[in-house]
Amino acid sequence: MKKVRLLELAHARSGDKGDTANVGLIARKAAFYPHLVKQVTAARVARHFKAMITGPVERFELPNLRALNFLLHGALDGGGTISLKTDAQGKVFSTALLRMMVEAPR
Amino acid sequence: MTPTVRIAAGQGFWGDWLEAPVRQVTGGPVDYLMMDYLAEVTMSIMQKQKTRDPRLGYAKDFVPLMERILPTLAQRGIKVTTNAGGVNPPACAEAVAALARRLGLAGKLTIGVVSGDDLLGRLDELLARGHGLKNLDTGRPLGDVRDRVQSANAYLGAAPVVDALGRGADIVITGRVTDTGLTLGPMMHAFGWRRDAWDLLAAGTVAGHTIECGAQCTGGNCLVDWERVPDLANVGYPIVEARPDGSFDVTKHPGTGGRVTVAGVTEQLVYEMGDPQAYITPDCVADFTTIQLTQVGKDRVRFAGIKGRSATGKLKVSIAYAYGYKAVGTLVYAWPDAYAKARRADQVLRRRLADLGLEFEAIVTEFVGVDATHGRLATAAGVPVDLPEVQLRVGVRARELAPVERFTREIAPLILNGPPSVTGFAGGRPKPEEIVAYWPALIDKGEVQPCVDVVAV
Repeated sequence: MKKVRLLELAHARSGDKGDTANVGLIARKAAFYPHLVKQVTAARVARHFKAMITGPVERFELPNLRALNFLLHGALDGGGTISLKTDAQGKVFSTALLRMMVEAPR
Repeated sequence: MTPTVRIAAGQGFWGDWLEAPVRQVTGGPVDYLMMDYLAEVTMSIMQKQKTRDPRLGYAKDFVPLMERILPTLAQRGIKVTTNAGGVNPPACAEAVAALARRLGLAGKLTIGVVSGDDLLGRLDELLARGHGLKNLDTGRPLGDVRDRVQSANAYLGAAPVVDALGRGADIVITGRVTDTGLTLGPMMHAFGWRRDAWDLLAAGTVAGHTIECGAQCTGGNCLVDWERVPDLANVGYPIVEARPDGSFDVTKHPGTGGRVTVAGVTEQLVYEMGDPQAYITPDCVADFTTIQLTQVGKDRVRFAGIKGRSATGKLKVSIAYAYGYKAVGTLVYAWPDAYAKARRADQVLRRRLADLGLEFEAIVTEFVGVDATHGRLATAAGVPVDLPEVQLRVGVRARELAPVERFTREIAPLILNGPPSVTGFAGGRPKPEEIVAYWPALIDKGEVQPCVDVVAV
């Protein structure tokens, strides 16, 4: 099975709420959206980020925007002003998700 | 011809581009200039300023900005909604009024002042009456940190903004009104939307969310096809063209840079998103899974179909409290073996901190150029061997100042007594920084009475 980077199928933007980072993942083409729904599950994203987050991952679907929204809990070393991380506000968790390798769509 | 109302975003946060609001009011027709200045950290900074000087505690940049654009606003009949009032909206309004008189606008300007969000002076009374103000994330009672609280503000919605506009305000200066309320308010006022017209309020809320971060929906910080976003130097900030039926377009002034596309706007819609079916504001609960976007022209995206539900009975309260201290030190290591040298320096530093018996809540090491942004995801396939340089970045956090202060003196010695080929320390010793942390809580709506004053200049 041919694999591609998620970056080729989707773009993304991320932000923060306290110690939680959110990543909105958006299919580059409408045809890719069902593929993302199948491939990029909450469990898969939790495995992808296991070295970077301490809490669970939630996933929400926005088919109208061909987007998935992920909440990564415990991602920001306490978040906001407490965090010592360069990315204290989770701004580039978006591109970290896009590193994921997934099956190429048919 | 369908009547539309044009609401232009001029600031996405306190510190955003100073030119943006000027360009928004001169670059083409607009009816309202909306400016969001308040992040959570901002409120506690303002509270400290107000404690030192009771005439301060608001976004000071707003006054010189008004000096630049007030004559244009008056001439073109453009109204302003802004939360630049911070923790002291009356003082901000007084500064603008004094300016207006100086500019010869006496008798030509009405200022609305929205307050009532500040709960700092009422905390003990609220706690005594059984309002726990429990931390929404941890469930802990506010009593845990009560003696360290620096500011406490309820998020007000669009209603007091509508009230001020209805009473003739040209400039509405608020305290902690939601970012979205500053955009929804003008729409409710202009179209006479009822306060229980949930779908319409949800539409105005989505409009507010889309433009509240300024150029982030017009090509700024936009990942999709980023290399081809035109003329960012001249980026146009967003404008909502709203219609009474709740549909609206997001666009920008002609001749400006940037780009308004469905893909770019979608990036902004998912920014800081939680549960997309429950985007909760004081005004309504908006359902982002109902938004239908269509590219209806160049740099013009139409929003339609938005649904909402009734508002909850609670308001969010943002409480800031003194948490402790932190400091971050950096050094740059050069080729050859840049990464190995930086790692060795980190080991030496950590050993010395341990030998000194310093206790920290956390020590975080990042190697900028290797793993600072993507952690182990970036090094899973190995670290590139011949890196030209790596920045060692070490941060520490403690409840007490002393260990953090001592840490800041352990960075510079590494220049002469640590691994070689080190540079990049011209900034000097890192400074310990006070950490003001956030305590999100809820309170019953009935406990918070927004206050609206309207004064003719």
